Amino acid sequence: MRAGAALFGLVVVAGLVGLVQVAIGAGFIDEYTVPRPMEIAAALPRLVREEHVASRFLVSAAETFAAGALATVVGTALGAALFRWPLLRRSFEPWAAVLAAAPLVLAYPLFLVLFGRSSVTVVVIAFVSALPPVVLQTVSGFSSVRPVLLAVGRSFGLGRRSEFRHVLLPAALPSVFTGLRLALMFGLINVIGVEFLINLGGLGALINDLSERYDLPGTWAAIGFVVLVSVTFFVLLDGGERWLRQRG
Amino acid sequence: MAAATGIGRSTWGLASGPGTAGPRLAAALLLGGGWQALAMSGLLFQDVMPPLQVLAGGLGAVVLDGGFWANAAVTGAELFLALLIGGVAGAAVGLLLGVSAFMSAAFERWITWLGPTPKIILFPVLILLCGVGPGSKVAMGAVSCFFPMVLSTAAAVRGVDPVLLRVARSFRCGPWQTVLKIYLPSTVAPLLNGVRLGFGLALIGVLLAETKLSNQGIGFAVMQAYARFDMPRMYGLLILVVGFAAAVNIALGHGTRLAAGVAAGRDR
Repeated sequence: MRAGAALFGLVVVAGLVGLVQVAIGAGFIDEYTVPRPMEIAAALPRLVREEHVASRFLVSAAETFAAGALATVVGTALGAALFRWPLLRRSFEPWAAVLAAAPLVLAYPLFLVLFGRSSVTVVVIAFVSALPPVVLQTVSGFSSVRPVLLAVGRSFGLGRRSEFRHVLLPAALPSVFTGLRLALMFGLINVIGVEFLINLGGLGALINDLSERYDLPGTWAAIGFVVLVSVTFFVLLDGGERWLRQRG
Repeated sequence: MAAATGIGRSTWGLASGPGTAGPRLAAALLLGGGWQALAMSGLLFQDVMPPLQVLAGGLGAVVLDGGFWANAAVTGAELFLALLIGGVAGAAVGLLLGVSAFMSAAFERWITWLGPTPKIILFPVLILLCGVGPGSKVAMGAVSCFFPMVLSTAAAVRGVDPVLLRVARSFRCGPWQTVLKIYLPSTVAPLLNGVRLGFGLALIGVLLAETKLSNQGIGFAVMQAYARFDMPRMYGLLILVVGFAAAVNIALGHGTRLAAGVAAGRDR
């Protein structure tokens, strides 16, 4: 039934696209608002040829990985520190939670002033937005280590350092990977978003460019391409995390 | 604060015992002091990192300015409509996916995949569809909160105790009665949590859309402050937005726990 249902879902989505194509042809939908799906598909090769999609993709990917790696390293370290010192945790974890729920990306004009209109700004905003969730995830990961493992460690007479190295870190590794996945996800969303907003750099700026040129099929094709890229990225991250959890 | 309400848990349900208010306050003082020291040190431009008294002045100027409240009303109305449209649509789709295993197998993966994609890139299309005015901002916010609302509703509906559903069937409840008498009361807590997630994303969607293209709203006010290089004003606006987001989050978090407590009490 699952395969049949998945096929049904695919058919319905494809059917909707076909319906839009027909509705535009019949004049029910204004073709100057929504281009025909076939036109959008035809615009894709043009984007690759004329709009440097490949190099724009690499710019966005590099910014995403820079922000994600930075947020993972700093966030995991901060999270481990908050777990290690309970007073620190009681003091700062609530503020991390406030920041995690705050629309930090709205501060992008502030970061423009601080770092100029450059890739650095894009990376810093993505890093700042990804940091609080990674910190919270790391703390809760370390806290959910089973007490019996810690008791075993203590019965072997492990010191603080070797307890961390041999018990806490291996046990919390899966949630550290969850933190990495979160960092890369938040990284990608914010990188594309800020590129679009300040019209600089990679794929986000491409969408902005095309829409300002009123190149409708191109805009829709670029949006479709970015959605495809991010969906592929998330599916790979999900699969990677599951694979690591099974091995660990 | 959580200790004062007697709940003894922090707002996000994170582990923290009673007596966290002191350390929390100390942390705030420490951060504030660090900021002030850095601002006064002259290592950074004071325009960019103003000392606290300048920030307080900026905050006061924003709050006392009538224009701010007009902008806040615009953004508030857009946000409310976005949550209403995106939330109701999301809850309806989520209910469908939750009750039907077939529909879930057919469509839920699409929602899960599209959920975390950056939504702001749809803004040019939404402008064409809904106009340059508040309509496109409402659409932006609605699209943003639709996805978390679908997923949390579907999960909540699947978590409903099957015994309750059998009771409804034995009372010959119709579909509407089952939704109103069984699904709605037993999913209040997870639904509120979905609204909390959706609220954060809708707020970001509406505000970012306003910074990109608008002539009113808080996002527009932030861009104006940026264009005039009025940093105290920009900080004031950002502090107010973050404070508003935190306050709504705390309220919805309390509501979620309250509803969960009521549900647990009823089951006992």
